[in-house]
Amino acid sequence: MDNSKIGHHISGQFNKELEDVRNKVLTMGGLVEQQIELAVTAFSTGDMEMAELVIKQDNQVDALEMAIDQECMQILALRQPAAFDLRLLITVIKVVNDLERVGDMAERIAEMAIQLAGADGNNKHDHYYELEHMAELVQEMLHGALDVFARMNIEDVTTITGLDSNVDREYGSIIRQLVTRMMEDPRNITRMLDVLWIARSLERIGDHACNICEHLVYMVKGEDVRHLTQEELEKKMKE
Amino acid sequence: MTAQNVRTHSIDVSSVLREQTNTDAPNETCIKVENLNLFYAEKQALHGVSMEMAKKKVTAYIGPSGCGKSTLLRCINRMNDLVDNVTIEGKVLLDNENIYDKSINVAALRRRVGMVFQKPNPFPKSIFENVTYGLRIQGINDKRILEETVENALRGAALWDEVKDRLNDNALGLSGGQQQRLVIARAIAIEPEVLLLDEPASALDPISTLKIEELINELKEKYTIVIVTHNMQQAARVSDYTAFMFMGELIEMGTTSELFTNPQKKQTEDYITGRYG
Repeated sequence: MDNSKIGHHISGQFNKELEDVRNKVLTMGGLVEQQIELAVTAFSTGDMEMAELVIKQDNQVDALEMAIDQECMQILALRQPAAFDLRLLITVIKVVNDLERVGDMAERIAEMAIQLAGADGNNKHDHYYELEHMAELVQEMLHGALDVFARMNIEDVTTITGLDSNVDREYGSIIRQLVTRMMEDPRNITRMLDVLWIARSLERIGDHACNICEHLVYMVKGEDVRHLTQEELEKKMKE
Repeated sequence: MTAQNVRTHSIDVSSVLREQTNTDAPNETCIKVENLNLFYAEKQALHGVSMEMAKKKVTAYIGPSGCGKSTLLRCINRMNDLVDNVTIEGKVLLDNENIYDKSINVAALRRRVGMVFQKPNPFPKSIFENVTYGLRIQGINDKRILEETVENALRGAALWDEVKDRLNDNALGLSGGQQQRLVIARAIAIEPEVLLLDEPASALDPISTLKIEELINELKEKYTIVIVTHNMQQAARVSDYTAFMFMGELIEMGTTSELFTNPQKKQTEDYITGRYG
């Protein structure tokens, strides 16, 4: 299944509308990816300006979400789409919701980066190495999910969702470290809580990437694969 | 709030979920088509069509012009017998009885299987006479029975309130939508088992169309309904099952919700999404 699935309508205008929705989602996905990248970099380098930029740009993510929803609703009302077209639009409405939440997570990371930079002075955050690795993982997951949408090919879905258990494991280990530091010196608590928020946000981004993958399976196969375990999903995908 | 309270106020989700799945419960078959071939002279219009239609459900036939959906519909009450040079092979079973069997009385069959056409075709008679026509040719002339039937049929066709004060007016004075509902009243006055609707709303305005669709929804309480429509959204709105036909073949048949959200065949997908195959 490829992008041409969208095309070939007798109505060229309909083709254009669907293509436009698809492009907007990909733009939104690109923007959200960039937001995470900026937020994580702002955190690890203590670059406050970069963090401010992330916070400022979040309204663009929100605006795209609303614009895409609006367009989908318009198509639903005016074209009464069926089959793949219908699943595409329903999926888009859900995917942009997840993307918007990911945008919020990036914003939160940026906020925490500012607080931490203020608290640490100009200290480097090199002791948060594990957090950076976790960020790389969830960025890979989100990128993979957006790639699935762009290519409309769900072969790689289980590889992407499979990464989520690694993310969860790292999240657990970060929490344990943070708790240890808090116990070592209660003066660390405020800072460690900020770091905890970042870890939590990254972990949520991984979950949203998984959600997007599930929506995309519905779009392509017409099968609802939400709320399955990784093993169940793998089995379903082989069917 | 105590734990006890919380439990007694808990919401029963299972009954809601069950309702949703109940619509997929197995149905009793009313009409069964078995390997039906039909030829108009040399030209084959139906190619080995087999399908089952559930009792007291609405089955819609969709497909492009000339795909054989009207032809198939007309096989169910042997309307095609009236066309010259028609050859029909295969079986159509109504309640397990082959309606193409030699022992079948075609007039009796058509009493059991009523039909409504694209253009409303009331007789140029009064509203009352239109509805009672079927009973009169059966020799029923008891005024009380006739009046009762007229009221029931017109109520059944959701027309009673609009015409009850002018039953003796000429039916041709009604609007198109009213005429179509009158024709449906005429069809249900003789209490058929099956109603065949051939594009019943295509000549009507949107409001009359919605009234007919609402009516179909009410009529399926009592009758098995088969409808041919060019309007896919209409098929999606009114039917429980949808059959997609193409070039005289049945391509795919399934529950309407499944067929319109996740068709299994590419041809079906292309047709319902408006793509060229």
